[in-house]
Amino acid sequence: MSLDTATVRRVAALARLRLEEQDVARVQGELNGILGWIEQLQAVNTDGVEPMAGGTPGGVAAMPMREDVVTDGGQAEAVLANAPDREGEYFGVPKVVE
Amino acid sequence: MTYIVEGESGPWEVVIGLEVHAQITSNAKLFSGAATAFGAEPNAQVSFIDAGFPGMLPVINHECVAQAVRTGLGLNAKVNLWSRFDRKNYFYADLPQGYQISQYAHPIIGEGAIDIELADGSTKTIGITRLHLEQDAGKSQHDQHPTKSFIDLNRSGVALMEVVSEPDMRSPEEAGAYLTKLRQIMRYLGTCDGNMDEGSMRADVNVSVRKAGEGFRTRCEVKNVNSIRFVMQAVETEARRQVEVWESGGTVEQETRLFDTSRGITRSMRSKEDAHDYRYFPDPDLPPLVIDAAWVEGLKAALPELPDARRARYVRDYGITPYDAHVLTLERETAAYYETVAKGRDAKQAANWVMGDLFAAINRTKSSIAEPPVSAADLGALLDLMADGTLSGKLAKEVFEVMVETGRAPGAIVEERGLKQVTDTGAIEAVIDQVLAANADKVAEYRSGKDKLFGFFVGQTMKAMQGKGNPALVNDVLKQKLS
Amino acid sequence: MHPTDFTLAGALAALNEGAISAEELTRAHVAAVEALNPKLNAFITTTSEKALDAARASDARRKRGEAGPLEGIPLAIKDLFCTEGVRTTAGSKILGNFIPPYESTVTAQLKRDGAVFLGKANLDEFAMGSSNLTSAYGGVLNPWQRKDDPSARLVPGGSSGGSAAAVAARMALGATGTDTGGSIRQPAAFCGITGIKPTYGRCSRFGIVAFASSLDQAGPFARTVEDCAILLRSMAGHDPKDSTSANQPVPDFAAACGRSVKGMRIGVPREYRLDGMPAEIEKLWRQGLDWLRDAGAEIVDISLPHTKYALPTYYIVAPAEASSNLARYDGVRFGLRVAEKDSDLRDLYERTRAEGFGAEVRRRIMIGTYVLSAGYYDAYYLKAQKIRALIASDFDAAWAKVDAIVTPATPSAAFAEGENADDPVKMYLNDVFTVTANLAGLPGLALPTGLDHQGLPLGLQVIGRAFDEETVFAVGAALERAADFKAMPAMRAGA
Repeated sequence: MSLDTATVRRVAALARLRLEEQDVARVQGELNGILGWIEQLQAVNTDGVEPMAGGTPGGVAAMPMREDVVTDGGQAEAVLANAPDREGEYFGVPKVVE
Repeated sequence: MTYIVEGESGPWEVVIGLEVHAQITSNAKLFSGAATAFGAEPNAQVSFIDAGFPGMLPVINHECVAQAVRTGLGLNAKVNLWSRFDRKNYFYADLPQGYQISQYAHPIIGEGAIDIELADGSTKTIGITRLHLEQDAGKSQHDQHPTKSFIDLNRSGVALMEVVSEPDMRSPEEAGAYLTKLRQIMRYLGTCDGNMDEGSMRADVNVSVRKAGEGFRTRCEVKNVNSIRFVMQAVETEARRQVEVWESGGTVEQETRLFDTSRGITRSMRSKEDAHDYRYFPDPDLPPLVIDAAWVEGLKAALPELPDARRARYVRDYGITPYDAHVLTLERETAAYYETVAKGRDAKQAANWVMGDLFAAINRTKSSIAEPPVSAADLGALLDLMADGTLSGKLAKEVFEVMVETGRAPGAIVEERGLKQVTDTGAIEAVIDQVLAANADKVAEYRSGKDKLFGFFVGQTMKAMQGKGNPALVNDVLKQKLS
Repeated sequence: MHPTDFTLAGALAALNEGAISAEELTRAHVAAVEALNPKLNAFITTTSEKALDAARASDARRKRGEAGPLEGIPLAIKDLFCTEGVRTTAGSKILGNFIPPYESTVTAQLKRDGAVFLGKANLDEFAMGSSNLTSAYGGVLNPWQRKDDPSARLVPGGSSGGSAAAVAARMALGATGTDTGGSIRQPAAFCGITGIKPTYGRCSRFGIVAFASSLDQAGPFARTVEDCAILLRSMAGHDPKDSTSANQPVPDFAAACGRSVKGMRIGVPREYRLDGMPAEIEKLWRQGLDWLRDAGAEIVDISLPHTKYALPTYYIVAPAEASSNLARYDGVRFGLRVAEKDSDLRDLYERTRAEGFGAEVRRRIMIGTYVLSAGYYDAYYLKAQKIRALIASDFDAAWAKVDAIVTPATPSAAFAEGENADDPVKMYLNDVFTVTANLAGLPGLALPTGLDHQGLPLGLQVIGRAFDEETVFAVGAALERAADFKAMPAMRAGA
């Protein structure tokens, strides 16, 4: 499977990465190089194999749970302290029209 | 009765499925320890997890899982002991992580079904496809600044249940009844407060139309409708729109639409070029959600009585009509109130008082059954005063009004205002004697056959007694004296 | 002896005996950092004043008899660990001004045990790289030099290149790293020091900037196996704030370093004998196995048949997770924002992310976004997860026959800046020996056991069963004793 330029643009848009027109061909070449190398996986027979999402044998098999107690929050200052655009007690972004 | 949209080409049937997002009642959020209470200052209930800060990790709230299971049990649905969280990836200003943690491939609750009640007294079974747990997003405010939107993350990470129905509904009424029933069940269970004004319940309404006997045609999803009335309106208007599209030779495109409540129409929400590609994959921060069958059994055993069971019991044990039972069980608080009043008393009379005088008083005083103008115990005491003959029905109504006004107990009001019914035959006779003496001409007319005048004598007697005469005794004595 | 030449264990002993104070020890390392960092660029942020304050506080604790297990030990912290009040960049421009209001669990535990932080160590951007050259804060110079070309700028490896270089150059007694595909072991090997990636779940990921959540694992660097063991004991442990953190007891890893390997079965996977592997790597490996045999271990040939698929599998799983983990860098709540005057939200996202992320990070986000996108999920991501399961089951089968596996740590010694740069895949091959342990969640330790013809360090890797770091330390310590690796980098404190 190799990517055409339309797909490269679509993927960049999905990932919210601005892609200048003059870079499309280069990026396409790099991605196709990597994907071509990954292609060898198609040769592996995985019939009947259960996918492994992560973890390790003997690790955490089931998600641990937390009690329903309020232990966090009440720290608007800290939450907002790193904001590039802070508007009072809110984060500011360019107006979103729906 | 079948709901039909009449088009130029003939009748169309409407097919409706609902995806309801219900906020889970819990103290803390689904994956963080921040509070969930409504109405806090902006960003005051935000953990760094909810704000998607670097290195922050989710840990699930046990109670939210329990609430989902309780709801699943209330929907007569299959509880999956193994489920999983996936990430739904998309960018939005109020989605701090850039993905929503949701259960896409493996929901905690599978298929179920609930019965809905329709106006003609019939019921219909609506299939439940699934229920899954997911995080809510934050809130954008667009009206605070001319060129900016403001983001408040208090809602970000609050636990939601998404309840997906089968496309089993065929009319706006059925859609409304389904939402009403779902809300009722969750409120009974205490798993969602159902406050649609506060956004605790929102519905995505899937609508398609078809000719009789056809398979399904393309559906549209009307997003984020936030009241039962609007859901019914959205179905109606969207169905009509689709019929017009088909009949004008067009094709209904599968898309997301918005219901414009001010204009009563739906409109396309997002352009097609940014087709959704959510790139779901298992959240690597969260191992599978594995729950214990015995724990589920324990939750099941502890479930409160649900509306259907309660309604049946009222008809069976209290002897009230199915309609009255339906009304009295709509809200858990109403049912509890009614049961307190009815216990050990005339259940039918209790039903009449609750549905009549009490509901009227609640409307008039703009209060609620949760904070009623008259307590259930006081209303019960009032009924007791009628049963023992202390108060006539008419006096009881007067006393009730005083109770609404003052919030005092009926016994005290009766004492204080001397409203106690006169049951002393001698006293009644004395009054009647005076009435008859003062109206000798009418007595003569009555005796000469004008029976209708009996009511006049009752009225005069009661008037003289300021309404406190026991009506039955007044009648008896009058008959005796006039014979 | 110059205080920067202590081993960590040796420094602890000296502190205990009162031969040196924490302040003196820290001052010597602060001086080393100040002298060497302008050349090596091992630290993005130095916190010398905070370090000296912490050292004085440490001396006071020791005086009160409240010394922790790492009391007064100066460390370098990979700039992927969030440190409260201290800028944490993840090697990226996009977090250039980010000051976390919280502390990672691992660094909190190190502080709890008395450690002193010298600063935030350089790394490949978001830990994506094997050279440290993807850092937005410049590359790190490997303190080692080629015999016949001392001016060649060698890379320290990556992604934890700054941590490894700092420890090798004696700017710190130890350091934290993270390892997603080899990011502790490869730089340890390139810099002639020791590093261990513990079992997945052993160290909490809370507060560590995520790269690929199902693979990321924190671990220590130090100049001896025992020093790594001492550090790991403080870093490890169950954390209720990380749902993948294992609820396993933390043993005394240092004690395990003294265990004999007599009777142990050491696996040699035939699939790790790559075509065209340099003869000196082959020789190093054989030498290591001979040492273990001499120490009484049994050497067993094993097969891990899906080894060759590990790297391409990794390059689906890791970018997929990364594409999602890095979605939060959007210029709204923290970090860089790039926007034009009339930018809408989408344009703000696209500009912020395109300018905030470097080329390698953007490349991996693109790959990850693509392999998860509609129509490709099954062919790529699901396929990779299944092959991951096969790789893990290869190891399961091996553990029936052996107690630990020994392999080369890297396919070569440190390369120079510019080499391997023409093709991303060529760079990815650096992790060919290390990535399997991440996919299977197993512990892997790298240690130096020899030098190549240029006088550069070469390392071996010991892989163990899940949560059996003790055996890994025992085998590593046996190799360390036999190798008696004494070589030192050209650039180092006190040199």
